[in-house]
Amino acid sequence: MITNPNAYDLIVAILNAIGVYNIILGFFQEQGMEYLLRIVIVLVEIAVVLVFVLLTVMFLSWFERKMFAVVQSRYGPMVTGPRGLFQPIADGIKLLGKEDIIPATADRWIFTIAPYIVFVSVLLVYIPLPFGESLILSDLRVGLLYIIAISAITPISILLAGWASNNKYSLMGAIRAVAQDISYTIPLAITAIAVVVFVGSLSTVDIVNAQQGYWFWIIPKWFIFLQPLGFILLLIACIAEMGRIPFDFQESEQELVAGFFTEYSGMKFAMFFLAEYAHMFAVSGIIVTIFLGGWTGPAIPIIPIQITSLIYFMIKTYAVIFFACWLRDTVPRVRIDQLLHLGWKIMIPLALLNLLVAAFVVTAGVI
Amino acid sequence: METETLLLNMGPVHPSTHGVLRFKLRMDGEIIRDCQIVIGYLHRGTEKIGEMKTYLQFIPYTDRLDYIAAMPNNYAYVKAVEELAGVEVPQRAEYIRVLVMELNRIVNHLVFMGSLLLDLGASTMIMYGFRERENALQLYESLCGARMTFNYIRPGGVREDLPDGFIPKLNEFIKDMEKRIVDYEELVNGNEIFLMRMKNIGVISAEEAINYGMTGPSLRGSGVDYDIRKLEPYSIYQDLDFKACMRREGDSYARYLVRVEEIRESLHILKQIVDKLPEGKTINQRYNFAPNTGAPSAVTSYFPRIFTPTEGEVYSRIEAPKGELGFFVASDGTTKPYRVKIRSPSFCNLVALPKMVVGLKIPDLIAAFGTIDIVLGDVDR
Repeated sequence: MITNPNAYDLIVAILNAIGVYNIILGFFQEQGMEYLLRIVIVLVEIAVVLVFVLLTVMFLSWFERKMFAVVQSRYGPMVTGPRGLFQPIADGIKLLGKEDIIPATADRWIFTIAPYIVFVSVLLVYIPLPFGESLILSDLRVGLLYIIAISAITPISILLAGWASNNKYSLMGAIRAVAQDISYTIPLAITAIAVVVFVGSLSTVDIVNAQQGYWFWIIPKWFIFLQPLGFILLLIACIAEMGRIPFDFQESEQELVAGFFTEYSGMKFAMFFLAEYAHMFAVSGIIVTIFLGGWTGPAIPIIPIQITSLIYFMIKTYAVIFFACWLRDTVPRVRIDQLLHLGWKIMIPLALLNLLVAAFVVTAGVI
Repeated sequence: METETLLLNMGPVHPSTHGVLRFKLRMDGEIIRDCQIVIGYLHRGTEKIGEMKTYLQFIPYTDRLDYIAAMPNNYAYVKAVEELAGVEVPQRAEYIRVLVMELNRIVNHLVFMGSLLLDLGASTMIMYGFRERENALQLYESLCGARMTFNYIRPGGVREDLPDGFIPKLNEFIKDMEKRIVDYEELVNGNEIFLMRMKNIGVISAEEAINYGMTGPSLRGSGVDYDIRKLEPYSIYQDLDFKACMRREGDSYARYLVRVEEIRESLHILKQIVDKLPEGKTINQRYNFAPNTGAPSAVTSYFPRIFTPTEGEVYSRIEAPKGELGFFVASDGTTKPYRVKIRSPSFCNLVALPKMVVGLKIPDLIAAFGTIDIVLGDVDR
């Protein structure tokens, strides 16, 4: 089986290109610790992703506030840095300085660990996310399944946070979040399977590669054009996964104060905040990967494909994020039972129908 | 499976209780089985204060009742005092009074729309609502120096005449508002999620609404044609062309639509007032309302600060933006009222809320609560 190149290979290739790889490798081989080099390179990858996630979260929170402000004919953050660009840093410093309150009746251990579980489970989603040609941490053969499985950890940690807070609002927020996640992971998975039927592989890189090229020289071979229904279903399911308006039940500010993180403050709150925006980017990236052709796009001469593909991926992902923010600015929140109704009675049957049609088309060999 | 109901204490510190209101909810999961309203966190003893201040001194306190729309509070009290003392009001003053009150109705309904949508999770409308409200508040500021607590309407007229350039600015506001209201309807009314959240939620029948003593737009949303401006025309309302907006459904959406329609009607009234506004004095300079106490009849440039109405009592009511606002003022022939009783629309409308929401879910409670449009300063007094 041919594995697709990933970021490890890319780093090795870059080191080779500047001619230092063999020197470093030789150094490690002398010590008889070749495996250490692998570990160092992987650590570098992890560091890069962590920094990327933090920067993304900072930029996203600024971007969202700014966009919110523009829609509402306000300025938004303006004071810290150019156009308030450093506002997230100021917020972070403020949160660091906050007292870290643990309610007297809370389950201290679970209360403390829950935000970190949320954050880590979100970070894990980044592993099989193809940022560009060979810009992927690890091209798992079960990539898509892995993403769906890892996303299923989030509701558990939210439930832990809600339960451990020992607050009625937190508990209700947590229960809502779990009910919502369960009912939307299913249509999400079924819609994703419909794409897998076309590709024949769960690997995210294979899915992107299958979308390269054009029909009639003009329409890109993105799955959005093959399965428009699937795209809409996935988009709705993903917005529900992200927990954003109109589906932000885990929070439901106006009803449940702040939902499952009502009792959290300081850095624990910051963890939830980080996780929320990191999740938003990851989920948008998944939508782009599955339906919008991932990092594919017209090649530009001279510039290496790794860079152009990264740019295409970013543009598409931010387009999805823009849509999600736009939605938040315009529509109210649906009610929890209406949401579950939509999930179980409308989206799952439609997703199954979508899968059926996809299977038919593939079996009949139309495409 | 054995389940228990959960006692959820919503408020007094909660994002969407519009101040310091507290609900004691008995919850069966998400479903409300029982709803008790606990009030009194903003009680300031306004009625008692009324007995301790002279007639004129009490006017600023009425500003603090319904602080979203304070002009009608001013007017309702002043109207009661005028009826008690038999004061005549110049025509121009009456027009200005209705002008500022209808402007305040628009302000109130803009805040209503914004906060209702905010309660539903859509936070954009409140910014738009407050943007338009700002223009109206600036008009008020140019008129009486205050933006929310006006202390503008006095027995015998109004405190000051309209400043220069007020009418052109008002015309601009009306023109602007007429365009904006279309935008808002596009933003809100056609929104599928908004309709899902509002239709058939918090339904109260006409009979129940009457029995609970609901008034104003909340009652008219249930299909009762009850508008005091029509039933007992006060001030200059009989000369104005407007209709009492009414819907039959009795649900949250109907109550919302009635208020949006009222913004239109108020704009219509404002336009008529601008056209008809007569010249003349804005305050009654002659007072001789207490013949049997022997108080001297005199002509001054202002209305006297201290006066003594004859013994008697008056209940006068007006159609405030939130419903029927009534003041009962009893005089014992001294310079201070013997008793002031306020019948506030927010208080009476709030009582009907448990009837609307039992059996529904928390989000519906928030939505229905938003549509009855209360202000806690008005509830607690």
